[in-house]
Amino acid sequence: MAEQKKVPTRPLPKLNELDTQPFWQATKDKAFKYQVCPSSGKVVFYPRRYYLGCGSEELEWKTASGRATVYSYSVVRQSYHPFFRNLVPYAVAWIDLEEGPRILSNVVGVDDPLNDVFIGQEVEIEWEEHEALCIPLFRPVKR
Amino acid sequence: MSQSRDAAIVGIYEYPDRDVEGEVSPLQIKAASAAKALEDAGLSWSDVDAIYDAGEGGGMAGLNISEYFGLNPTVINTTGVGGSSYEYHAAQAKRDIAAGKAKVALLTYGSTAHSNAFAIGVGARGGASMHPADNMDSFAGQTLVSNYAMVAHRHMHDYGTTSEQLAEISVATRMHAMRNPEAVRAMEDLEFLDIRETTIDDVVNSRMIADPLHLLECCMISDGGGAVVIAAPEVARDCAKKPVWILGTGEATKYPENGGDITVSAAAQSAPIAFGEAGLTPQEMDIAMIYDSFSITVLTILEDLGFCKKGEGGDWVTGGRLRFDRPDGPALNTDGGGLSSNHPGMRGIFLLTEAARQLRGESTSQVDGASLAVAHGNGGMLGSRHTAGTVILGSD
Repeated sequence: MAEQKKVPTRPLPKLNELDTQPFWQATKDKAFKYQVCPSSGKVVFYPRRYYLGCGSEELEWKTASGRATVYSYSVVRQSYHPFFRNLVPYAVAWIDLEEGPRILSNVVGVDDPLNDVFIGQEVEIEWEEHEALCIPLFRPVKR
Repeated sequence: MSQSRDAAIVGIYEYPDRDVEGEVSPLQIKAASAAKALEDAGLSWSDVDAIYDAGEGGGMAGLNISEYFGLNPTVINTTGVGGSSYEYHAAQAKRDIAAGKAKVALLTYGSTAHSNAFAIGVGARGGASMHPADNMDSFAGQTLVSNYAMVAHRHMHDYGTTSEQLAEISVATRMHAMRNPEAVRAMEDLEFLDIRETTIDDVVNSRMIADPLHLLECCMISDGGGAVVIAAPEVARDCAKKPVWILGTGEATKYPENGGDITVSAAAQSAPIAFGEAGLTPQEMDIAMIYDSFSITVLTILEDLGFCKKGEGGDWVTGGRLRFDRPDGPALNTDGGGLSSNHPGMRGIFLLTEAARQLRGESTSQVDGASLAVAHGNGGMLGSRHTAGTVILGSD
C-alpha cells in the first residue's frame, strides 16, 4: 500500500472552542484552571464565558492543586473507537478535584483497572503531553 | 382533586420492523406510522392541525415533515431533547389543546439506527461536537454504557445495590418481550443469541460491557418508529378507540454538578409536577413505562418517581415485583422495553404507545383492569446531562 496507516490517537479538545479555550490553553503549562463565581463562591466547571446562575458578570479563574478523589468510575471493556478500542480495559471516571470541580477523565497508572480503581480513591493529575495542550489524567496517590 | 381531561391519546402505532435492511427511510417510517395511528383513531390526515417532531427526519424539522405529510398545521413544535422528546411532545400537545390552539396533534418517530450501524446501546460513543461540555468530555473515551455504569457504581457504593438486583429489571422485561410476537421477531431479526426468558444468573453471567453493567443490562440497537395521535375531548369522544387521558405531565433537566449526586436523575424534579397535576401517587400506578436504556436507568427512575425511597430500589425490585402478573406491581415495560423489544435511539414514543395499549386492554402482557400508567422518558445521558419527561395516563 502506498499510504501508511495512521496510528489512531486520543481525540483531543479543540482549542478554538471559545468557552473552554482558556482552560485548554492553560494545560500547556500543566495548570488546571477552574472558575469561581465571586459573588456566591460557587465553583463553575466546565469553563464558560457567561454564567448567569448567581448574577455575577465576571467569573474568577483559579488554579487547582491537582489532588482529587474518584467520585465514580467504570471500566470500559468494549469500545469501537479506533483509539480507545486498543486501550480496553480502561477506567473512565468522574473525578472530584479537591477545590470542587468535577471532571470526566481516566484513572491511569494502575496494573489492573478491574481491581485497582475504586470510589473514594485518592488520585492526582498526571498530564499527558500533546503538541498544543496537555490532557489531565489521574493516577492513584502513592502512599 | 379533580383531574383535568384536556387531551387524550386516541391513536397509536408502533412500526413493526426492527431491521429494514436500509430499504426504508426514517421519514417513510414516520409517515407509515402516522397513517396507521390516524386509522387507529378513526381520524384522517385532514383532521391533523398540530405537528410535533424531534427533528430526526432531517432538514428543517417541523416544516419538512409537514410538507411530506401534505399538511398545513397551525401548531409546529420541534422540541428535540433525546429519548424523552415524545413525553415533552405529549405534555406540550396537552397544553396546546387546552389553550384552544390545536384539536388533533400528531407525534411521529422514525429511525434506521440499526441499518446505519448507528452508535447507541452497547456500541455507542460520542461524536465530535463544538459544544463546550463536549469539548471537556471527549478525551476520556467514555462510552454511552460507561456513562450509565458510573451511576450504577455510585448507586452500589452508596446504597449496597447489587448486580443481581439490577438484573431483576432485565429479567422482567425479557419475560414481557417473550410474550410479544413483535419483540420476539425483533430479537430474531437482530440476531440475538439464545432468545428465551432469562434468569438473574443469565444476566450477571453475561459479558461485562462496562463495569458494572453486563450485556443483558443494555438496550438493543434497532430500526423502528411509531406515531401517537392526541386529541381534544370533543374529538376523543368520537374516536374509534377509548381515550387514554393525559392526566398530568412534568418536564425537567439535570446537568453534571460539581459535588452533585449522580444517583438522582431529573425524574426527581419532573415526577412531583406530573403526579401533583394528576392528583395521584406512584403507588396508584398499574403500569410503569420507564425508559430502559440500561437496567440502572430504570432503578434510578423508579426511585426518583417515588415508587420507593432513594437507595431502596434494589430491595424493592427484588423477587420479580415488576412482572405483569404480580399484584404488588407496577408492571414494568410490558412490551419488552428497549432491552428486549425496540430501541432505535429515542424510545420515548413507545412508552406512550404501550401505556395506551395497557389502558385500552390491548397489551400482550395485559394487566387485568389496568387504568393508570406512568410513562417516563429520559433523554440524553443519565450520568451527566439529561432531560426528564413524566406523563401520567388514565382511562375513563
